[in-house]
Amino acid sequence: MRRPLKRKTRENLVGWSFLSLWAIGLLVFTMYPIITSFYYSLSTVILSGEGIKVTYIGLENYRNIFSTPEGFSFLQSVGDFAIEILIKVPIITVFAMIIAILLNQPIKGKGFFRGIYFLPVIIASGPVISQLIYQGAATIPLVEELGIIDFITETFSEGLARPLANIFSELIVILWFSGVQILLFISALQKIDKSVYEAAMIDGAGPWESFWKITLPSLKNMVLVSVVFTIINLGTYSENEAILHIKNNMFALETGFGFSSAIAWLYFIALAIILGLFFLFFRGFSNKRRTN
Amino acid sequence: MDSDKLRRFKHKLLGKNLNDGYLGKIFIYSLLIIIGFIYVFPIIKMFTYSIKDLDDLVNPVVEWIPTKVYLVNYQTSFIVLSYWNTLLFSLVVTLVPAVLQTITCSFAGYALAKFRIKGKVIIFGLILMTYLLPTQVYMIPRFVLFDKLGILETAWAIIFPATFGQGLSSAIFILIFYQFFKMQPSALDESAEIDGANRYQVFIRIGVPLAAPAYLTSFLFSFVWYWNETYISSLFIGSDLYTLQLKLLNFSSQFGVTQGLTQQTINEAIKYSATILIILPVLIVYLVMQRWFVEGVDRTGITGE
Repeated sequence: MRRPLKRKTRENLVGWSFLSLWAIGLLVFTMYPIITSFYYSLSTVILSGEGIKVTYIGLENYRNIFSTPEGFSFLQSVGDFAIEILIKVPIITVFAMIIAILLNQPIKGKGFFRGIYFLPVIIASGPVISQLIYQGAATIPLVEELGIIDFITETFSEGLARPLANIFSELIVILWFSGVQILLFISALQKIDKSVYEAAMIDGAGPWESFWKITLPSLKNMVLVSVVFTIINLGTYSENEAILHIKNNMFALETGFGFSSAIAWLYFIALAIILGLFFLFFRGFSNKRRTN
Repeated sequence: MDSDKLRRFKHKLLGKNLNDGYLGKIFIYSLLIIIGFIYVFPIIKMFTYSIKDLDDLVNPVVEWIPTKVYLVNYQTSFIVLSYWNTLLFSLVVTLVPAVLQTITCSFAGYALAKFRIKGKVIIFGLILMTYLLPTQVYMIPRFVLFDKLGILETAWAIIFPATFGQGLSSAIFILIFYQFFKMQPSALDESAEIDGANRYQVFIRIGVPLAAPAYLTSFLFSFVWYWNETYISSLFIGSDLYTLQLKLLNFSSQFGVTQGLTQQTINEAIKYSATILIILPVLIVYLVMQRWFVEGVDRTGITGE
């Protein structure tokens, strides 16, 4: 005699039925290649016309990262990237949030502005951006012509001027990488009920209080998504130094796919640690009401 | 009297809200225009260059306004890109994966947001891991796998992973759907269930309509990213079939082998016209979708906690 399934089991089953397509894909198209790649990182891999020849060599590739010049220059690029990300992530997140809030105000020509602010999404993810940067079209001539950077170097002491000038000259590129985050924040802002603001206004809250008490808490989840996105977007950007290392070593004669897989795995661990640190920071920042 | 006037003036200048007063308005518009200019500047530059003829191109006096509109550059780019054929193929490997990936990711996001599933933490970990792992790591093994499956150098090599939620940035879409479904009040689901709907019906009738903005956002991003993607497509479908972006990447060499252009030499203007032609379809899709993007949000009615 068949008994009806327990509610808990049923819920589990129905839930997994929603997940099944993704789960199958994960096993076939991702886990299998990932495990293979991990095995490659422990091997010498020779790609030839006849196929792939894989010889197991243990941790040799990983040891090489810390003992060869090629490995050192990779480690250097990872370190640079970590510092870069610590500066860029807060700038991008705050900038995207401000722009999203401004675009969500009742302004004239809203559609027009949104059209413009989607341009980075279209351009910054394709080969077009590399072409623009290469041809100097992505910089605004004003920054150089008005001598903003010269002004900074003359006004501030050396130690302060260099990072400031760096940020300024990179500012345009940073703005170009904020397109997706702006849209993420807009979509979250539109979910906020406008009557909440009205009620707050009647209770005497100004725009400043409304922002901290209503807007920011509603955006909390999106901040997390945006931070994760920014880190990974910058981390896997095809012109990123570390990514270039992985790419270049792939078909290099003396290192090959084995070494390339090894540095890719190490880079993955570094990214995971950076992400973990941001997560911890975020948790500590907003652990007041986090029930799950 | 005077103080009353002053107060009214102050009110007009600063306003009650950020956007009421003149100062606030000036601040908002100038900020939006300045930053907007940064984004538009390269597009304007590309466009003005793309309609310059050779004389204008070398003439240092002609910077922003060409002396005449010269459309031969576009004609040339049309031929080099074999535009209509390439566009059709690009749309196939862009639209199909974008739609399928959005659907699959919404299933996964819904499961994680609404169900008590065993091993949820592990699933989240795996999702994050697949996203964090640089694509370069598993591309060669995937290449070998696709070769075995016989789908290499066909559109299926792009469509299959997307169908199973392993496409471009699938993880971020699952997370977006997770956040959206999580924000939906569960009271609605429960009342529907009491009325006799099963979980699938609840998903179709309540979950999907309420998550309309998430679907649109996710589709838009997928579309754009697939459109711009070159690394995977060059590896998997590269040698005979071309997307527009791949053609752009190899524009100079394509230009060299195109028949009937032997008397012409490649220049900046032609390259820019090709770039404009390639951005145009996404721009059109966005301008059409953007209206729904806003409306879809208003239609949902209920907002999150």
